[in-house]
Amino acid sequence: MSINKDTIKKISKLARISVTKEETDRLEKDLNSILKFVEQLKELNTDKILPIASVSDQPLTMSKDEIKKINEKDEILTNAPEKNSNYYIVPKVIE
Amino acid sequence: MTDLTKLTLVECIKHVKEKKCSATELVGAYVKRIEKSDKLNCFNTKDLENALSKAKKIDTNKKFDKALVGAPIAVKDLFCTKNLKTTASSKILSNFIPTYESTVTEKLWNEDAILIGKLNSDEFAMGSSNETSNFGNVLNPYRLNNENLVPGGSSGGCASATAADLTSATVGTDTGGSIRQPAAFTGIVGLKPTYGRCSRWGIVAFASSLDQAGPMTKDVKDAALMLDVISGYDEKDSTSAKKPKSAFLNSIKNNVKGLKVGVPKEYRVDNMPKEVDDLWQEGIKILKDNGAIIKDISLPHTKYALPTYYIIAPAEASSNLARYDGVRYGFRAEGKDLTEMYENTRSKGFGTEVKRRIMIGTYVLSSGYYDAYYLKAQKVRNLIKMDFDNAYKDVDVILTPTTPTPAFKFGKNTDDPIAMYLNDIFTVTANLAGLPAISLPIKYNKDGLPLALQLFGKSFDEQTLLNTAYSIEQQVNFKSQVKDWWM
Repeated sequence: MSINKDTIKKISKLARISVTKEETDRLEKDLNSILKFVEQLKELNTDKILPIASVSDQPLTMSKDEIKKINEKDEILTNAPEKNSNYYIVPKVIE
Repeated sequence: MTDLTKLTLVECIKHVKEKKCSATELVGAYVKRIEKSDKLNCFNTKDLENALSKAKKIDTNKKFDKALVGAPIAVKDLFCTKNLKTTASSKILSNFIPTYESTVTEKLWNEDAILIGKLNSDEFAMGSSNETSNFGNVLNPYRLNNENLVPGGSSGGCASATAADLTSATVGTDTGGSIRQPAAFTGIVGLKPTYGRCSRWGIVAFASSLDQAGPMTKDVKDAALMLDVISGYDEKDSTSAKKPKSAFLNSIKNNVKGLKVGVPKEYRVDNMPKEVDDLWQEGIKILKDNGAIIKDISLPHTKYALPTYYIIAPAEASSNLARYDGVRYGFRAEGKDLTEMYENTRSKGFGTEVKRRIMIGTYVLSSGYYDAYYLKAQKVRNLIKMDFDNAYKDVDVILTPTTPTPAFKFGKNTDDPIAMYLNDIFTVTANLAGLPAISLPIKYNKDGLPLALQLFGKSFDEQTLLNTAYSIEQQVNFKSQVKDWWM
């Protein structure tokens, strides 16, 4: 499998990263070389092997059902690039 | 008078506890040195005045009972520090001031360690030379014929700062070798603990199933002490392990008699420089001479570890980094609508390597490719883990070199991502299998550059790992040869 410029366009849309023409050329070259490298895995027969998402063998535990009062609204909002009273401001979504 | 910055962490604390120096004198000595070391570019943010006032407070209170009392410690700029800028060495987080403290750093300050600053790294910890940082290159205190070298990455600032005596010890993070490889390049000790040993809460996430915080220190005892402090279960990280409180430092011993050491043939890679192979043989000999039993072992899927990593890590990163959308954190680039704002923010806010990895990660998770890449990699990850499970039926630890080469020059691998990725060929397996591993400086090559060996341990058996490393350290007697050329 290899990646062409249309695929780059599609991925950049999915990743929400706009790319210039120069970046597309560079990405096409780099991503194909990375894909070629990772495709070594095809040599292995893994039909009977289970996939693992994590090496942790710890069972998940329930957290205590208790109320913790955290009121950091103002502090947290200080990191927002644009805000109005208690809200994050984003470009208009609905016309 | 002793130069306090030359002391190990254990010695620093002993000095303060035994009142050979005040906390203020100790921190002051580091502040002075840091102020003369801007050229190395280790720090993204310094917090020197606060550090001095915290030290004064400790001296006034006259209580010197805590485990890290008075120790000046800078941490990788990936750990969130309350009210102090945390950038992940990125543009997108360049103005981010956390409202909370990471669990690992909280544990340091609870033991009266003193924060002196935040250390440079590769952007979002993605890199092996610290060259992807938004805040410029970090210089290795070791040079080759007066030419600057990379400190390794991604914890390059941590490595150089520790080697150059700008912090008494530090904590880095290791997703594929980011503690151990820079430790090897700068002649210090770097320990990646077992996955789950330390809480990941409050650390800027890269690849959550691989990320682990760990100590980078001047010697093995310091690493043991730091791990005692930073490890432990945390209900805020569901993957942190419920283990009894450790006492690694107090239990450390110089004894490898009867220890079974595995030497995996697959780590003898093509084009490995002779000096690295010789180093490996020296390590084997040291352990053998001290009564360890050496066994040849096989980890047959080793060559597939890097390809597996370069599917899993970018996949997890593409998901973790989706949160940087120009709405909630620092940097935003405007656009005519919401989607364009996202796309411009992320395009202008992320650097080349980070974008490359998000794109690869997005691709391998996308519809039609998931099974061929991501699922396949998860299966091979299991094979790699099973290799170690099998090996550990016969051996207690595994000995390999940490890196295929010593530190290299700037720009050497920046045009070829695969060449850069090969730096992690010996370290990445520990992350995929979740195992603890330590890098230990052994000697200098003919050019005066540090060379290091790596030990892998069994899951949650950091004690054996530390004991073995300590025994080797006692034999090799590695001493810093950093000359203060930048001052």
